Amino acid sequence: MTAQTAIYSDPLFIDGKAYHSRLLVGTGKYRDLDETRRAIEASGAEIVTVAVRRTNIGQHPDEPNLLDAVPPEKYTILPNTAGCYTAADAVRTCKLARELLDGHDLVKLEVLGDQKTLYPNIVETLKACEQLVRDNFKVMVYTNDDPIVAKQLEEMGCVAVMPLGSLIGSGLGILNPHNIRIIMEEANVPVLVDAGVGTASDAAVAMEMGCEAVLMNTAIAAAKNPILMASAMKKAIEAGREAYLAGRMPRKKYASASSPLDGTIG
Amino acid sequence: MVGTDTTTAVIWKEELMIEIHVNGEPMNLAPDTSLTDLLAKMELSGRRVAIERNLEIVPRSQHGTTRLEHGDQIEVVQAIGGG
Repeated sequence: MTAQTAIYSDPLFIDGKAYHSRLLVGTGKYRDLDETRRAIEASGAEIVTVAVRRTNIGQHPDEPNLLDAVPPEKYTILPNTAGCYTAADAVRTCKLARELLDGHDLVKLEVLGDQKTLYPNIVETLKACEQLVRDNFKVMVYTNDDPIVAKQLEEMGCVAVMPLGSLIGSGLGILNPHNIRIIMEEANVPVLVDAGVGTASDAAVAMEMGCEAVLMNTAIAAAKNPILMASAMKKAIEAGREAYLAGRMPRKKYASASSPLDGTIG
Repeated sequence: MVGTDTTTAVIWKEELMIEIHVNGEPMNLAPDTSLTDLLAKMELSGRRVAIERNLEIVPRSQHGTTRLEHGDQIEVVQAIGGG
């Protein structure tokens, strides 16, 4: 595989559909919809997450709509259940999202435990997952880094398992590489790192480990220049993937000269 | 109803109104209001929204034929930025 062909001949498969980009991005926390649009374009992402919220009563009719900036004809829209703390609310949100997106059934399930950590509530996540799979949703699930839970979610029928690298919006990077490695070793569905990436090297680390893709929002949106960071993330994801496919050299304790030792002067 | 008795007329009119909750807020509407009418009243006509009525999704194709009833709990949602 050459570098030029790697991105085209090595697609990411989610629920049988091929994607060329292994970077999934959120649409939250941008200054305005124009910045959202430009950042997502620069990221090269094909799968874009959105939240589902109540309309404001008395909303201005000319107010721009997120789905005008991120049209479903161009992107795979991945509605999330962010802000849900119970399985029941998450399932309701997914049903509303499916109606909103004309029957589109790919969803990002996240059921949160508390507002301070936004750590997933696994008991509620499992409950919601069971109901959603039964209702024919294609579930990409945000979870913790517990390999047993990740396996259970896969066995329940999730199309992707997405353990956190660190807390949502923390930018602390991949704090749990060993657990994520175990999750990947056991998985038969794509494993994505979702949450925790702070800068480009974090994304590259996740990809070099062999993650299928990375989902991020704050790392781009909260950068001083989100458009430039989106471009950096695109490159980091591609670099990390190519490094993973290329296979890194083994780590050694002592030096190994790069230049021939013979024929030196003196 | 006695046409000249304004008190009775007001009561009569109020009895005709139905009260529902939209996104958690109370709203008084004329009877026979459809979901399409409700969206128009909310200035959301033609916008991409989804509606839940008493915990059940109402497909877009049924907005025109679904009549609101007193006590209905309605949720109207849209897509916004999120991660």
